[in-house]
Amino acid sequence: MEFSYDIAGGDFSRAGAASSEVKKILKQLNVELAVIKRVVVALYEAEVNVVAHAADGVMQVTLDSASIEVVIRDRGPGIPDIALAMQEGYSTASPRVREMGFGAGMGLPNIKRNCDSLDIESTVGVGTTVRMVTFFNR
Amino acid sequence: MDDFYHALKVSPDACTGCTHCMTACPTRAIRVRHRLATIDAAACVDCGMCLKTCARRAIFVEQDDFNRIFQFSHRVILLPTVVFGQFGGEVSEERIFAELHAMGFTRVVETDRAAGILAAAMRDYMARNPHRRPFISAFCPAVVRLIQVRFPSLIPHVIPLKQALDLSAIYARRELELAGVPGNEIGVFYVTPCAAKIAAIKSPVGEEVSPVDGVINMDFIYNKVQVGLTRHRDQPLPPAPDQEFLSPESIAWTLSGGEAAAFEGRCLAIDEIHNVIDILEKIENEEIPGIDFVELRACDHSCAGGALTTNNRFLTLERLRARARANDGRRREAPEGIRQHDAFLRERAPLPGKIFPRPIERLDEDMTVALEKMQKINRIMEVVPGVDCGACGAPSCRELARDVVLGKAKLDQCIFMRQALLREGLMTPAEAIEMAERTWGKGRFGENK
Ligand SMILES: Nc1ncnc2c1ncn2[C@@H]1O[C@H](COP(=O)(O)OP(=O)(O)O)[C@@H](O)[C@H]1O
Ligand code: SF4
Ligand SMILES: [Mg+2]
Repeated sequence: MEFSYDIAGGDFSRAGAASSEVKKILKQLNVELAVIKRVVVALYEAEVNVVAHAADGVMQVTLDSASIEVVIRDRGPGIPDIALAMQEGYSTASPRVREMGFGAGMGLPNIKRNCDSLDIESTVGVGTTVRMVTFFNR
Repeated sequence: MDDFYHALKVSPDACTGCTHCMTACPTRAIRVRHRLATIDAAACVDCGMCLKTCARRAIFVEQDDFNRIFQFSHRVILLPTVVFGQFGGEVSEERIFAELHAMGFTRVVETDRAAGILAAAMRDYMARNPHRRPFISAFCPAVVRLIQVRFPSLIPHVIPLKQALDLSAIYARRELELAGVPGNEIGVFYVTPCAAKIAAIKSPVGEEVSPVDGVINMDFIYNKVQVGLTRHRDQPLPPAPDQEFLSPESIAWTLSGGEAAAFEGRCLAIDEIHNVIDILEKIENEEIPGIDFVELRACDHSCAGGALTTNNRFLTLERLRARARANDGRRREAPEGIRQHDAFLRERAPLPGKIFPRPIERLDEDMTVALEKMQKINRIMEVVPGVDCGACGAPSCRELARDVVLGKAKLDQCIFMRQALLREGLMTPAEAIEMAERTWGKGRFGENK
């Protein structure tokens, strides 16, 4: 089954809305609570990254009874050095974004911790694609 | 698992099947069937939103027969502070106490007297379980149930302690038993501001039996005191029993921010059920880092806004604030007071049982089946109009679709679908009316030929 949600860059008031929708779906599917938690935490961070760093994006969810795959594709500045961005505490967030409580540089490490496989592709000046897979029974 | 007890009832005579409560219900527990709002026991959390929105007063809170108090020779009334806020400033506390005695109670105990002991027990629990942060208060039974049904992943964060109500009941009983009164001669009755507290007493979560013998609705006690006040207007005040002044912190305990003020760290106080749902959603997504404690209350302005309160909640607050100011620095407690039983109560504070998840959202135990059902719901969503008119007896098109897939409703309950079927000649006008009557009741569409 597939779902997709649009994510608006810069709209912090709506940050987390797409992740909450996915959470609702997983609850209806009787996915184990601990797994839902991991998925949602990872999705929320990835969603916030689009809001904080990119122009706009789409969250595409593909589900079956074994796993959930989420691809978040955005149009934005891209990430020049992914390995550096993955480091805890690394952030390029503007002071304005930090004032809103985002930009602690823990997002990507948190995503990595909370999914079974993470794949990031990025082209500077074009955009970023984050692909996360989590298995339900592990 | 045994069912929740619910004190909220619908009167079939008064209910017209209007959709106000159905739309207001935060857990979408209500459907209209045969001209009657019906509440799904598994989904209802006793928040009382339905009662508050019902203009016809068709939803009420069932209570115990008042005369049951006379089955006991020692009759204790447990009073939450909010009771005093129901009365205007011209009615003194002494008068209220006197009326409670006049109507048959032998001892009046303020539940919030246990707030200090409870706060200490909570502090202790939080210090010993730092991994359970953010801590969620179990104060409001409607919130605990909401977490059980909609946010079960947050159950480990709920502080598993009894509340001031239970502790004060245990204290009241203990005090009498120590004075030599046999347990079976003691009746402890709680004056409730809401349906949720009743439900918590009748089917306690994480507790076997409640120490409370019966419940009296706050509006009922208010009326009874008012009648007494009128009747005894010209009589001198009987000598009041020794007064103990409740501390400002204990008075504030049931009000918004009362618990949050008692603890160190980043503490949030949230009231009103939609605000509560919103914050639980955020906590579940780990959107707010660094919170230590959350106080959550289902009612707007906490218990001052309880469904069984009679006064305007802002006036209630005014009086209680005045009470707190007046009591500040006054003699807090008699030497033989509740503090004496601190160790005894602290030992009994932990909930003996577990708070179980009772998820209502899942479509099926089996994920493969749940996925199929979700696909069916999505297909139905493509044909229903999406106007959420409620004419099918469900709060939204999506809820109807869900009900249909779960076998609890028929798609032709939707008036748009019926219109389409009529036009295609797949349904006769008589059949359409019969269908409508299943939701709205018989005899509402003129003569059914
Ligand atoms: N979708 C994205 N588009 C552009 N840059 C990104 C994106 N996601 C992450 N980054 C970059 O990676 C850095 C680290 O990301 P993260 O760990 O989420 O921390 P934070 O978002 O708090 O800065 C960001 O500061 C940003 O420079
Ligand atoms: S806030 Fe108070 S009055 Fe309202 S439901 Fe909760 S416990 Fe009852
Ligand atoms: Mg981030």
